[in-house]
Amino acid sequence: MVEVETGARRSRQRPRRAEAVVETRGLTMRFGGVTANENVDFRLEAGELRCLIGPNGAGKSTFFKCLTGQLTPSEGTVTIRDLDVTGADPHEIAGLGVGIKTQVPNVFDGLSVQESVWLAARRAHGAARAERLTADTIERVRLGDIRTRVVGSLAHGQRQWVELGMVMASEPWLVLLDEPAAGMTDEETVFTADLIRELNRTTSMIVVEHDMNFIRAIAARVTVFHRGAVLMEGTMDEISADATVRDVYLGHKH
Amino acid sequence: MSRGEQTRLWALGLLALAFMFGAPEVLQLFTIINLTTAIALALLALSLGLIWGHGGILCFGQTAFFGLGAYTYAVWAQNFGETTGGVIAAIAVGAGFAAALGYFIFYGRVSDVYLGAITLVVTLVFFNLIRRTSGPEYKIGDALLGGFNGTSAPPLSLPWDSSAVLFPNQVFYVAMGALILCYFGCVWLTRTHFGRVCAAIRENETRAELLGYDARLHKLGLFAVGGGLAGLAGVLMANGVGRVTPDLFNLGYAAQAIIWVIVGGRGTLIGPILAAFGLFYLTAWLGQQGTLDLNMVLGIVLILFVLLLPRGVVPAAMSLAQTRLGRTRSLKRSRRNAHRNGRRSPGRQRPSFEPAE
Repeated sequence: MVEVETGARRSRQRPRRAEAVVETRGLTMRFGGVTANENVDFRLEAGELRCLIGPNGAGKSTFFKCLTGQLTPSEGTVTIRDLDVTGADPHEIAGLGVGIKTQVPNVFDGLSVQESVWLAARRAHGAARAERLTADTIERVRLGDIRTRVVGSLAHGQRQWVELGMVMASEPWLVLLDEPAAGMTDEETVFTADLIRELNRTTSMIVVEHDMNFIRAIAARVTVFHRGAVLMEGTMDEISADATVRDVYLGHKH
Repeated sequence: MSRGEQTRLWALGLLALAFMFGAPEVLQLFTIINLTTAIALALLALSLGLIWGHGGILCFGQTAFFGLGAYTYAVWAQNFGETTGGVIAAIAVGAGFAAALGYFIFYGRVSDVYLGAITLVVTLVFFNLIRRTSGPEYKIGDALLGGFNGTSAPPLSLPWDSSAVLFPNQVFYVAMGALILCYFGCVWLTRTHFGRVCAAIRENETRAELLGYDARLHKLGLFAVGGGLAGLAGVLMANGVGRVTPDLFNLGYAAQAIIWVIVGGRGTLIGPILAAFGLFYLTAWLGQQGTLDLNMVLGIVLILFVLLLPRGVVPAAMSLAQTRLGRTRSLKRSRRNAHRNGRRSPGRQRPSFEPAE
C-alpha cells in the first residue's frame, strides 16, 4: 500500500516523467561482513540508455547481478515493470523479455554461432520466426561468414558479438549489459557502440562500463557507483566536470 | 540436419536391421543369448551417453535405474505371470526414481562432482540392501528377492497371450528392435527444441538460464528419460541372463558404463553403444583366456583412452574421415584450378575452403 502511494505521489510531482521499467528501493547486498551495495535507489525509464560506472569494487557488478537474478539482495526490492522480481531466478527474469549479457563472456563454446543465436530466438518465438530472426541477427552482428564455426574457436571480440547477437535475437524490451566492450580493439568497440545505439531504438538499456570514450560514443546518462552506493547521476559532461567523481576515479583524498 | 548426416543415419539403421534379422540365421543359439545381454548393456551405455554425453550430467550410478528396472520386471513377471506390464512398470520405475532423485539433486543445485558421488552412493546402497534380502521374509507378493543369489526372471511373453513365452531367438529380436528404436528415439530427442536446449545447458548453464531456459527442469527431464532407458535396459538384461542379481547395482557395471561412454565418445550416441559391444566381447574373450585380470585390463583401456584419445573412438574416427575427405576434395579442387589457370603444379596454395572442425 505504502509503495503504491509513494509511486502515485512521485508521478504527481513529476508528471512529465516516463514510466519506470526498472526500479530498486533500498537495495542492499551483504557478503558476510562486506557490504557490496548499500541502500541503492535506482530508476530506469522506458527507452533510456543508462551507464553504470565506478572504480573497481564500487558494487556495479553486484548491483547488476541483483537485477539479473544471479544474486538475491539481502534487503530492498527490485521491480521490473511493476513486477516485484526480488529473488527471482535468472530464467524467470529473462522470461519477462529481458536480454542479459554478463561480464565474463558466457557463450556456448561447443555450439555453432548459428545454433547459439537460434537458441535465443527460439525461446520466445515459433520455429519459423526463430529461423528468420536467427538469419537476420547474424547479419546484423556481421558474423555471416563464420555462422557454422564453433563459438569456442572464435576470437574474443567475435565471442562478445555472439553474446550480443543472442541478446538481440531474443527481441528483448529491456537489455542489461555488463562491460560489452571489455577487451575489444578500438575498431571492434566502435562497431559495438553502433550495435548498442541501434538496440536502444527499441529497448531500454542498462550498461555497466569502464571505458569513458565508449560511454560518450553511446551518449548515455550515467550513474556513478562508489563504495556500494550511488554517488551521483547525470550526463557524461556533468559527471566528468564533477570534482568528487574525479577524486574517486583518480584516488585524490581531501 | 545435413544430407551427410541423414545418409549416415539411414545406413546405420539399415545395417542394424540387417544384423537384427540376419544374426539368428547364421549364429548359434548360445551366441544369440549372449548378444541379448550385450544389447542390454549397450542400451545402458546409450542411456548414459544421452544424459552425460549430450546433457553433461555425469551420473556415476546409472546402474541404480538399470537394476531397479530389472528387479521390477522380475517381480512383476513372477507375480502376475505376464510381462508386458512388467516392461512398462520397469521403464516407469526407472524414470520415476530418476525424476525423484533428480529433483533433489537439480533443484538443490548440487554441483556436478557431488552429483557423481551421490548417484554412485545410491546405486551402492541398493547393492548392499538387496544383497541382504536372502531370507524367506523378504518378498514382494510371491517373488522372493533371494539376496545375493537374486531371483529368477521369466522370459518375455506375447502381450496378448501370456502363455506364449518367447524363445531366446525371439527375445533377441525384441532386444535388438528396442535398441534400434531407443537409439533413433534419442537421436530425434537431441534434435528437438528440448534436446538442443539440453546441449546448451551442457555447454553453459548460466547462459542458458540468462536466455530464459529453466536449466533445472530440462536437466530433470533428460535425467528421467535416461532413467527410463536404463530401466528398459534392465529388462533386457534380466531376459539375457534369466536372473536378476544385486550385481546389477554394483560398481562393476557402474564403472563400465562410464568407460563405455568415454571409449565410445561423449557427444555421440552410437559411440557408447559400439564401445559396450566391443568391451563386452573383449572381456568375454579375456575371461576365456583367464590369464589377465579383467578389471586391470578395463582400467588400462580407460587410462589409455583418457590420455591418447580423450574424445573417444567415434568422434576421432569421424574427424579423421572428414579431414581425409576434405583433403582429397581440396586437392582435386586445387588441381582443377591449377589446370584452369594453366599452372603446372598446384603447389601448397589453399583454396577458399573452411577446414572441418
